[in-house]
Order: sequence, then structure tokens, then C-alpha cells
Amino acid sequence: MISDRPILLRTGAAFAALLLLLFALGVGAAVGETAIPLDVVAKTVANRLWQAGYPLEPIDEGIIWNYRLSRAMVAACCGSALALCGVILQSLLRNALADPYILGISAGASTGAVSVAILGIGAGALTLPAGAFLGALVAFGLVSALALRAGRGTSAIILAGIAGSQLFNALTSFIVTKAASAEQARGIMFWLLGNLSGVRWPDVWLALPVAILGLLVCLWHARALDAFTFGTESAASLGIPVRRVYVVLIAISALMTATMVSIVGSIGFVGLVIPHAARMVVGVRHGLLLPASALIGAIFMIAADVLSRVIIPGQVLPIGVITALFGAPAFALILSQRRSAL
Amino acid sequence: MTLSAQNLHWSAGGATILRDVSLDVRPGEFLGIIGPNGSGKTSLMSLMSGIRKPQAGAVLLDGRPLSDHGRQAIARRIAFVEQQAETTERITARQAVELGRTPHLGALTPWSRADDAIVDRALEEVDMAHFADRLWHTLSGGERQRLHIARALAQQSPILLLDEPTNHLDIGHQISLLQLVREQDLTVVAALHDLNHAAMFCDRIAVMQGGRIVALGTPAKVLEPQRLLEVFGVTVDVERDSTGGCFIRYRRPEPRPPRLKLVASEGK
Repeated sequence: MISDRPILLRTGAAFAALLLLLFALGVGAAVGETAIPLDVVAKTVANRLWQAGYPLEPIDEGIIWNYRLSRAMVAACCGSALALCGVILQSLLRNALADPYILGISAGASTGAVSVAILGIGAGALTLPAGAFLGALVAFGLVSALALRAGRGTSAIILAGIAGSQLFNALTSFIVTKAASAEQARGIMFWLLGNLSGVRWPDVWLALPVAILGLLVCLWHARALDAFTFGTESAASLGIPVRRVYVVLIAISALMTATMVSIVGSIGFVGLVIPHAARMVVGVRHGLLLPASALIGAIFMIAADVLSRVIIPGQVLPIGVITALFGAPAFALILSQRRSAL
Repeated sequence: MTLSAQNLHWSAGGATILRDVSLDVRPGEFLGIIGPNGSGKTSLMSLMSGIRKPQAGAVLLDGRPLSDHGRQAIARRIAFVEQQAETTERITARQAVELGRTPHLGALTPWSRADDAIVDRALEEVDMAHFADRLWHTLSGGERQRLHIARALAQQSPILLLDEPTNHLDIGHQISLLQLVREQDLTVVAALHDLNHAAMFCDRIAVMQGGRIVALGTPAKVLEPQRLLEVFGVTVDVERDSTGGCFIRYRRPEPRPPRLKLVASEGK
């Protein structure tokens, strides 16, 4: 029984996970077109946070602090938030295919962003992330409403999500084709596939609190999520206030997805694949599955970002391309191994 | 610890499923609910467990409506085993039983040795301790059903509601499971299909037909040939032994005279 292990061991595991995450962040900041040694990264952080006063090249320090570290932080937040959304949605909807991308939330966010950027909706009062956020909420509302009307079956929400994402992707293409200049269209395409290039510290101060809040809310509901193993009625008979748990968890996953998509663009496969990978490592109990998914998601996204910067010299690939290139085969592998259980 | 249904009404999709159902469950008794398919047994069980709310009437737990009790407080008093709850998660037999401890654990309460001991005992009670580490999807329907019962036992609620608990079980496990439930110091309400099992294990039996309770009493009183013919449409002999037990023997229906059909078609 894992949860019976002594407190010491669990604290140790949490500490190790934190170290691993810090190391990944360090590597994320060190690797790039100009490779910078890890100790310079550490010294930069010390200089900036505690005025340590290490003598460093101002250019290196600038690259690390102003560009790469903020980028790695946002990648980590985004990866863990999307992975957590995947865990929540898969458990609540009892469907192994649920994730924010498939449910059309990301597509809605794209339409929102495009509406602001190209059509100028909001007349300058709405920024592109705000547009994406609204789009995500609208899409999620529509998909949920359709799923509720279609019935309670666990596949209804997936079908509704497919309808929703088709609709919003079509709207996005329509707006881009109709109104955008060639240059705008290229920029939007790049953003749609997920892009961390423009990320700076203000984005961290948005992504980090949302990711941490999301993790805490999820952990608080870990036992409730376990209780959904045999469906909502079984959860209710185990003393779970089903409706309240639904509202809270769906709201937090809409918030996390909308925030991350508005900063980074729509990124597929993280929410879908990472929870399955984490289940293979730590099992199905949410007390472990949630933190494990968050950690693996964070590290996966940092790695994907590093790859997107170095895979073609002098050029940055959209990060969504990397996550899909690695995520799709990984998902295929998991599917074929889980065959007996599905 | 009393549970009673008062004038329950329930309809779904335009069809009335329960009409004015009242039922007092006596502490410590084994109350069986029998009735044909669609007579409202499952709906009554889900209203009594508080999973659904009646459209009229109320279910009272210790004299107060279920809606006044919190979900967790209800789960500490009433455990419910529904029909065929399934999962595709790769969960072990033991983990499925551990879920029964949920109503006793807050978000921050750590799992304790006492919880482990309760789960161990529940697994032994249903004779599944040797399968504790098996994955759910590798188990047979009967084994899964026994684990659902074990989960309800691990919940340690004084009232146990069972909706057709012996479905999927072979006859040996059907009887041993009912015996096991009977031996617990629990108040039990069980929807049952097999009339002989109801006769063997129940203190009282409620007979449902068309969304109403049409009879309620001891097996010997309730299980009468005339009533079983009216409710189930079967002809039976009821044998009684000296200890007050009764046994149902089903009679094969008389073959319908073939001429009946001919007459009908001639009339057309």
C-alpha cells in the first residue's frame, strides 16, 4: 500500500521530484543556440534573486534570465497544467480519450485569439490572450451544453468535443482566409501550432499561479477522483458530493487550459498522453497520479521546447509539432499495450 | 438507526416508475424486495440510498430527510451496491475494496493501518483475499460482484442496500454471499430475483408490482401461490416445513391449445 509508506519516504519523493524539476529548468535554460554551462545558469539565478554578485557575461546573464528561464518556466507550467486537465477529464468523464484538445477547448481558444488579432474584436481593449481565454470558455460551455443534451453516456462529451473542435477550427480558418494578410496568416499559423518564442516574465506570473492553484485543487480532490472509478452513482454512494466536485474540477480545468492556450497557443497530445504514461509508472490512484502527471508533463514540455529550438539550427519549430511528433507514437504504443483493459 | 421511505414518487421519461411507496425498514432486519422486471425495485433502491431524489415524498434516516444529511454523513450510515458497476481502469481487487474507506477519510486524512485491517477483513469475508493483487479486468463477473460487496463491508455502514447482489454468481456463491450478508450485524435491504433465496434469508419481504408495494410481511405470509400468480404470472406450489420455512416449486405452464390461434385467424 503506497499511501501507507512512512511520511519520510513521501517527503523524500516530493523533494526528489522538486530537484528533478529544478534540474530540468536549468537544462532548459542552458541548452540553445549558444550553449551556456549549467553553473552559469545557477549563478544567474543567484545574482537575480539574492544579489549574489557573481561576475558573469552580461549577455549570457541576459539570455538566461530574460529569455530562456522564463520560457522554461512557462513550458513547465503549461505541461503540468495540461497533464492535470487530462487526468481530471479522463477520470470524471470516465473516458481514456478525454483531454482539453479533443474536447475543443483549444480550438475555441484559437478562434478567440484569431478574432482579436485579425478581426479586431474588442477594439484594442482585448488582448490576444484575453481573446483566447474567452474563446476557450465559450467552446467549453458549448461542448458541455451539447453533451448534456445528447445524454449522460461517457462518449457523448467526446462526440460533442469533436463537433465543437471541427466548428471552431473551421471558424478560425474562415477568419484567417477571409481577413488576414499573408504575413498575418503565417504568424497566426505559427501561434496556432504552439509557440513559446514571445514568452517573458509577465507570462510566468500568469502561468505559475494558475498551475499551482490547479495542482492544489486537484490534490485536494484526489480521493474524490478515486471514488469515480466505478462511475458517478458509485461515487455518490461513497459520500462524494458529485455535482460540487464536477463543477469545481471542470471549472479549474477550463481555467488552466484557457490560461495556457492563451499564452502558448494550442498544444495537443500533452493532456492526452502524459496521464496514460504516468498511470503506467505510478498506477491509477490519484494521490500519486496527479503529482506524477504534473511532473512528467512539466519535464516533457521543457524537453519539447529545447528540441524545438535546436532540432533545426537557426530556426524555431512550433512546439505543438514536437509534442504531436512524440505524443502520437507514444499514444499508439500505450493504446496497443492497454488493449486488454480498454 | 432507522431508514424509512414515505410516499415516494418517481418518474422518468414521462413514465411513472414509483407511485406512493412507503416502507419502514426495521433495525437489524434482512428485508427482501421482490417483483418482476420494471416493477421499480432498482429505482426504490437508488432513492433509499439517496443517489436520486424523489419527486415527491421523502426518505427518512433517523427521522430526518436524507436531503438534510450531507453526502458523506449518508455514506457513513448507508452502503449501496448497485447492479454491474464497471471500470476500465487498471485497478487491483484490493484497491477497489479500499474505495470503501472513502467516506471515513477527509482530503488530508492519511490512510492508516486500521484502514488496511478493515480492507483485509472485508476481502477475507468475501473469500477474495487470495486475489487481492489481481487486476479488475482479469476477474470474472462473480468475483467482481464479491469485491463490490467487500467494498460495501469496508464502508462499515450499519445499513446495507443491495440491488440484485447475486446476479452473475453461481449457485454456491449466491447462497454463500447471502449467508455472509445475513451473518453481518447489519440492517439489509436487498432487491432479489430468486424467490427461494428471498424465502431462505429474508426476515420480511416486500412485493413490488407496477411501482407499488402490494404486499409486505414474513416470507411465509407473503409467498402465496395466488399472489405469485398475480404478480409474476407463474403457477407455483409452496411447501412449508415445520420450522416455518417455505420453498417455491415452479410448475411448467400448460401448453397453449393450438386451436386458439386458428379460431382467432378465422374470426378475421
